[in-house]
Amino acid sequence: MTKKIKLSELGSLFGGDIEALEGVKIEGDVEIDLGQLGLNPQMAYALGHETAQMAFHLMNISRILGYPVDQIGGAAAPQPKKLSKLIESKFSVGKIEEWKTPIQEVVLGATSSDGGSRKSTVTLGGEGSLPYYFDSPMPHRNHITMDVFDMPINMAKAVKSNYEDVINSPAEWAKKVVRDFGADMVTIHLISTDPNIKDTSPADAAKTVEEVLQAVDVPIVIGGSGNPEKDPAVLEKAAEVAEGERCLLASASLNLDYARIAEAAKKYNHVVLSWTQLEINAQKELNRKLMKQCGVARENILMDPTTAALGYGLDYAYTNMERIRLAGLTGDTELNFPMSSGTTNAWGAREAWMVSSPLKEDSDWGPREYRGPIWEIITGLTLSLAGNDLFMMMHPGAVHVLKEITQTLYGLKETEPVNIDNWVSAVI
Amino acid sequence: MKLNSPLQVYKFLPQINCAECGDATCMAFAAHLIDRSKKLEDCPPILKDEYKKKYLELQTLLAPEIREIIIGKGERARKIGGDDVLYRHQLTFFDPTAFAYDVWDTMPENELVERVNKISNFRKFYVGKFLTVDMVAVRCVSGDAAKFAGAVKKVSEITKLPLILCSLDPAVLKSGLEVVKDKNPLIYAATEKNWGEVSELALNYKVPVVLFSQDLDKLKSLALTFREMGIKDLVLDPGTYPQGKQLKETFEKFIKLRRAGIKEAQKDIAYPIMAVPLNAWAVYKDAVTASYWETVLASVFTVRYGDIMILHSLEPYAMLPEVHLRDTIYTDPRTPVKVAPGVNEVGTPTKDSPVIVTTNFALTYYTVESDLSSNKINCYLAAVDTDGIGVEASVAGGQLTAAKIKDNFQKAGFDFKEKTSHNTIVLPGLAARLQGDVEDATGLRVMIGPPDSGRIPGWMEKNWPPKPK
Ligand code: SF4
Repeated sequence: MTKKIKLSELGSLFGGDIEALEGVKIEGDVEIDLGQLGLNPQMAYALGHETAQMAFHLMNISRILGYPVDQIGGAAAPQPKKLSKLIESKFSVGKIEEWKTPIQEVVLGATSSDGGSRKSTVTLGGEGSLPYYFDSPMPHRNHITMDVFDMPINMAKAVKSNYEDVINSPAEWAKKVVRDFGADMVTIHLISTDPNIKDTSPADAAKTVEEVLQAVDVPIVIGGSGNPEKDPAVLEKAAEVAEGERCLLASASLNLDYARIAEAAKKYNHVVLSWTQLEINAQKELNRKLMKQCGVARENILMDPTTAALGYGLDYAYTNMERIRLAGLTGDTELNFPMSSGTTNAWGAREAWMVSSPLKEDSDWGPREYRGPIWEIITGLTLSLAGNDLFMMMHPGAVHVLKEITQTLYGLKETEPVNIDNWVSAVI
Repeated sequence: MKLNSPLQVYKFLPQINCAECGDATCMAFAAHLIDRSKKLEDCPPILKDEYKKKYLELQTLLAPEIREIIIGKGERARKIGGDDVLYRHQLTFFDPTAFAYDVWDTMPENELVERVNKISNFRKFYVGKFLTVDMVAVRCVSGDAAKFAGAVKKVSEITKLPLILCSLDPAVLKSGLEVVKDKNPLIYAATEKNWGEVSELALNYKVPVVLFSQDLDKLKSLALTFREMGIKDLVLDPGTYPQGKQLKETFEKFIKLRRAGIKEAQKDIAYPIMAVPLNAWAVYKDAVTASYWETVLASVFTVRYGDIMILHSLEPYAMLPEVHLRDTIYTDPRTPVKVAPGVNEVGTPTKDSPVIVTTNFALTYYTVESDLSSNKINCYLAAVDTDGIGVEASVAGGQLTAAKIKDNFQKAGFDFKEKTSHNTIVLPGLAARLQGDVEDATGLRVMIGPPDSGRIPGWMEKNWPPKPK
């Protein structure tokens, strides 16, 4: 008697576990002649003792047909049997061995014992792994420096409402962000020095820096106007009046006289922010020039590889930072420096400030006062996961939430344990 | 995937260079298989019987490290998993994180319908496409199987989105499955307690299933056990704690699972991972705070290895950053940053239409272009070669200058005298400081547009056509 079995039944015969047949489209059923077994296959299967032999034959047949049966698992392949007990198992995973070169530690600010007048300092860097990874605990938490401007500027409404009372006084503005908004540091942006804005002289701008240093006792960042011709002179003068305070000079870049800024940092004991535009190789080049050509010590360099807002190039900014951090950890000593992000750039995204979508096709964007801060938070948070250490920010609410999440992942936040076993049936 | 050079792939290909795949040689095609820009099925010869063995072998070897599973049926069915790398710059991430928003079976019907429609209809235009969300998770809050089935039925009637059926009670899951058994829903969840019955459901209904345990040993046990029973479409939920040290541990579990799956090729746990940012609502009751924190959790696990997640807040200020960040992380980093420099027509410009300048940074260019076309503004749009840098940065960095702008129109053969009646050029608001230089370099009348192209329609109403001097 000739028994035939359809190929599509092979599975059930073997126990439904033919991984190698997955994805194979069986077009029309091929029939396999089982006559030579002299047995009803179902019967043989039930009897058990013939299983091995039959499977062997079937595998041969399958092989002739060109199916990769080697991975079927032989005759021992189990049927979809009902297991009554969980298969015991232990999960384990290794650490990343390639992360051998830790990130440089950089101290911002100097106390009186170190020739400055700050009450506290901020230490960045020192990581031996990607941020918050278990491979090697992060030695220092992320820090936030809040923006202060030396003249009133255009700001999104949601930001502006926090600063209306201090907008004409950089010193009061600086006090407010430290006292009320929990800023770890203050950035004084000397934007009025731009020849196209007010062309404030370096000497006058330096006075503003002195006022801010007197108003607060946290470390500060000194930012220029972004004008490449003017910035070196402005930062040089500011560095001079802030001598010994270990301020962060923002920024040295390839399109201005970075050597002059580096020189000022060396002479007056400050840290240089090495700023490039979304280009890992340019970042390497500038860092190398600062070290080799200008003689800036490693512990006086911080990098700003450029922050683009969520939806406006954050993918480049994120991956650029992640690549820089991974290169630094795996031995590139021209890139293993702490990083800083101009997270405030998030406010350039129209989603952060526009009343509603300019496109009729979009779903409703909802109230903008809630969109802006979260745009700043998520832009910063994403970069924190890529390895960013210092965040330059603007909105107090955004600062609060970014601190909460980065410090949670860092391990500083103790809370009551929550039970999530039954989240499925929670009433929200 | 198990292969890492085109040569290894080449060995399995027909090696006849027939070019049917669109590549000149089998070797070139092999390179596309390695970078996953083409599928094996794009080579017609290898699908023939004579190559069947090699086809099947190659298919196994090319399979991604993280199992790819499908949820739902039809046009909105969604693949998750499928990843081969830990960092996006190493290749790209595949199958963007699926966002499921919850509904529950104790909702009044009108609210349920409204909520499902909100989820299904959400969309945000971005760089030539709409960002949308993917699934509806139906939670059983009532504990009543019939009630749950009723909710599942209602939801499945009004949306084509795939469903996740959520209950730890197998009887409840079964009643839901009966309603949508032909729709390939994902069921949530098998646990240490209920896995026996839930595995039966997964087998009988042939649906993907989530395994839920905060203990990674147990999670792996569950995965091994289900696999042994022939259930392969698994999703792992290691539990998403919303705060404190527990959240830090959750973060570490996601890293561990994905590292084991990709770097160490531990097949036993190489499945998609689920995050539940919805748990933010367990600690924050105020809607704004909870929505913010939920978005924060969603973002952490969009960046670090969540393949699917269950969310609650439908506030635009939560959904907009969520879908944008997902796009950020899953956009293929291999696609060019720049568009070709030149002068392009938007709509059907005439001599009276404005000539607007932007940069060739793809994001900037597409944003401006969609603002113009969506508002039916006919014009010429110049993409100036700034090495793919946006307006503000390229003005600061010297990549956008008067000379570059002049050069761009010259190279494109764009003659203002012939093409326009107004001899005027519109610069982006963020390039206002170039106004004088551009006037000098080109002799054109230079107008300054708004700092954001979304405001061009309003700007046009006020400023266009330009008033005669
Ligand atoms: S279609 Fe297949 S056989 Fe033909 S060239 Fe391409 S890879 Fe080679």
